[in-house]
Amino acid sequence: MSLVQRKFFSDFEKEEEWLNEMAAKGLALSEYSWARYVFEESGKREYIYRIELLKEDPKGPEAAGYLQFMKETGAELVPTGKWLWGLLKYNNLRWVIFRRKASEGAFTIYSDIDSKIRHYKRVNSLWMSLAMMELIIGLLNISLMFVNNPTALNMINLVMGLLLIILSLFFISISRPIRQKITKLQNDKLIRE
Amino acid sequence: MADTKDFGALTEGVYYILLSLLTPMHGYGIMQNVKLLSNERVELGAGTLYGALSTLAERGWIELLQGDQDSRKKEYRITADGRSAVRNEMARLDELLANGKKLIIGEPE
Repeated sequence: MSLVQRKFFSDFEKEEEWLNEMAAKGLALSEYSWARYVFEESGKREYIYRIELLKEDPKGPEAAGYLQFMKETGAELVPTGKWLWGLLKYNNLRWVIFRRKASEGAFTIYSDIDSKIRHYKRVNSLWMSLAMMELIIGLLNISLMFVNNPTALNMINLVMGLLLIILSLFFISISRPIRQKITKLQNDKLIRE
Repeated sequence: MADTKDFGALTEGVYYILLSLLTPMHGYGIMQNVKLLSNERVELGAGTLYGALSTLAERGWIELLQGDQDSRKKEYRITADGRSAVRNEMARLDELLANGKKLIIGEPE
């Protein structure tokens, strides 16, 4: 029996925590796509889940080596579902969810401060580049208002521009905790490995 | 061999990876071995290990086993540079330990 849950997370570590709480209850994530999670019944705490933002495109050759390595260490990739009849495939993104049998022991992807920092920086630059993109397009939209004579069309530019700026602020705010974690780890690094 | 001295302390992960690779091993074997060597204290994350292996191979401290290129599981072993990096690290650790022992004796716990 499978259970479908729709949920939105802006923090990948909270999402990871939730997946592990579900797994503890005997519901193992078996497929995911945009904010849609499919769980299958399993033994309690059968799997440990970890979320990662890959360095490269998951279908590229560099990532293939890494994904193969993960497989050798007992981790499997949770399959991604399709969205809009396959028009938007989630696996085009660099976000991946791994799971490994809890019987294999603790499952972590990054175990030292340096590699944790590198991963957080990757996440931060993804959110910040999206924020910058939205900001630039948003400001361009608004600036169009001053180029043409005021018309109804310009109102659309204004509304679009403001929406994009709000979106940009959203990405800046969700990446703030990531930046705080990076700072904390960098301070830790001054006194220990 | 010159550049093995140019970098400060090794991470404990790297130190144990190098020690493990005195015997050729693949990734999963290294993870298990490091756990064993450290009495379960050091558990290398797969991502951390993967990054460390590529950096160590690039630096020439470890190498991919010959004739193993087509095999799905990549096996690595330590090189002469790798061995000298371990020896340098051991000398550094010896110094740290000796100074610690010398100065802490007589100090209240």
